[in-house]
Amino acid sequence: MTLIDLANPTRFLALSARVVPWLAAATVILLTIGLYQSATAPDDYQQGATVKIMFIHVPNAWLSMFVWGVMSVASLGTLVWRHPLADVAAKAAAPIGASFTFLALLTGSLWGRPMWGTYWEWDARLTSVLILFLMYLGLMALWRAVEDPSRAARAAAVLTLVGAINLPIIKFSVDWWNTLHQPASVMRMGGSTLDKSFLIPLLVMAVAFTLLFVTLHLAAMRNEILRRRVRSLQMMQASQKAA
Amino acid sequence: MTALAALIRRDIRIALRVGGGALIGVLFFLTVVVLMPFAVGPDLALLSRLGPAILWLGALLASLLTLDRLFMADHEDGSLDLITMSRTPLELACAAKALAHWLAAGLPLIVATPVLGLLLNLDMAATGAVALTLLAGTPALTFTGMIGAALAVTLHRGGLLMAVLVLPLSIPVLIFGVAASQAAITGPLSFGAPFSILCALSLVSLIVGPFAAAASLKHGLD
Repeated sequence: MTLIDLANPTRFLALSARVVPWLAAATVILLTIGLYQSATAPDDYQQGATVKIMFIHVPNAWLSMFVWGVMSVASLGTLVWRHPLADVAAKAAAPIGASFTFLALLTGSLWGRPMWGTYWEWDARLTSVLILFLMYLGLMALWRAVEDPSRAARAAAVLTLVGAINLPIIKFSVDWWNTLHQPASVMRMGGSTLDKSFLIPLLVMAVAFTLLFVTLHLAAMRNEILRRRVRSLQMMQASQKAA
Repeated sequence: MTALAALIRRDIRIALRVGGGALIGVLFFLTVVVLMPFAVGPDLALLSRLGPAILWLGALLASLLTLDRLFMADHEDGSLDLITMSRTPLELACAAKALAHWLAAGLPLIVATPVLGLLLNLDMAATGAVALTLLAGTPALTFTGMIGAALAVTLHRGGLLMAVLVLPLSIPVLIFGVAASQAAITGPLSFGAPFSILCALSLVSLIVGPFAAAASLKHGLD
């Protein structure tokens, strides 16, 4: 690794060090507002208090797909532009995305138990999100299985782009297959069908979770860059000792 | 074109000769199917209900088992480098290799299906439905599995990692393959809809697989 390669990450580290505290503060404020609004939102006439799970479930589900989208863009950066930070971004995003996906599945099944009478149903939306979760885990396994980071980066980039095919399938699964999971109600043609008292807390929570992702992602990228520096320093030290 | 035909002929010949291992897939398929009655009990009614699912799972695992040979042997003896450097586009070469692999390892699985259907107490119509869905669906397994094989050869890692990467991609094929065969045997649902989706999955993977595999070979080999 030459100094030129490190030049860009250094600027990134300096910039992110200034941005991350502000982002973290904004995340905390918005999450507080969102959680307060969610807690004080009226009960649904059919679902009762369980509707409040939606304020956590929906942002998590959105982000589980959004993070894969970010990773796909980063993968294009790795394969097409060979941007030195692109694979750092992709690698740092994978565990965060896997966590969002897991939380979406978990909150969904907790909501499903009283509402649908079952924790799990092999419905198209649920199955495609489960596949997304498995693909996140596979990507993380791929990163861990290969020692050379740049080699692993290119392989993971190809796999991420292939996996991106799953995103439209998840999005439209509720329209294509008429199954248990309810169809889209917020982002649809002809406006949202949600009442304002539910829509506003949901949107606040969605923005808060997105900010949470950006904060965590930048912090994880910083950690990854530092981890790679430590690794190359250790390798330099080892080769000096050997010589 | 002649280069691609030669590549296909060469791959099939290597796969069928001693050490090629294409027919091991069929043997594995047979073994998996024979194992099932030991696991679920020799209840013929139950077996015939589970039959399509068992055959599909066996075919999926068998095609996965032979897939890591797709690029590995060529990488070891250096011919993969020649293929990469040749004037034939790498995407087409990958597609040709996958086609040869499907002819040598995928087609025997479908030929073996009627025999295995007998073991599982499937009647003629059911066996035919499963064989037809396998014929439509196994190209998708081979062509998406090729992505995993290409990644495995560039990473010098095969086996479990490849299975972890490829199996999630093959879930849709499994879903619609089994759904179509069930629909043909028992279901009130129509056979056409899941079967069309299965064909669509195969056609999409015919395009996506070679491009993704070629990209990972181009970027991964040094």
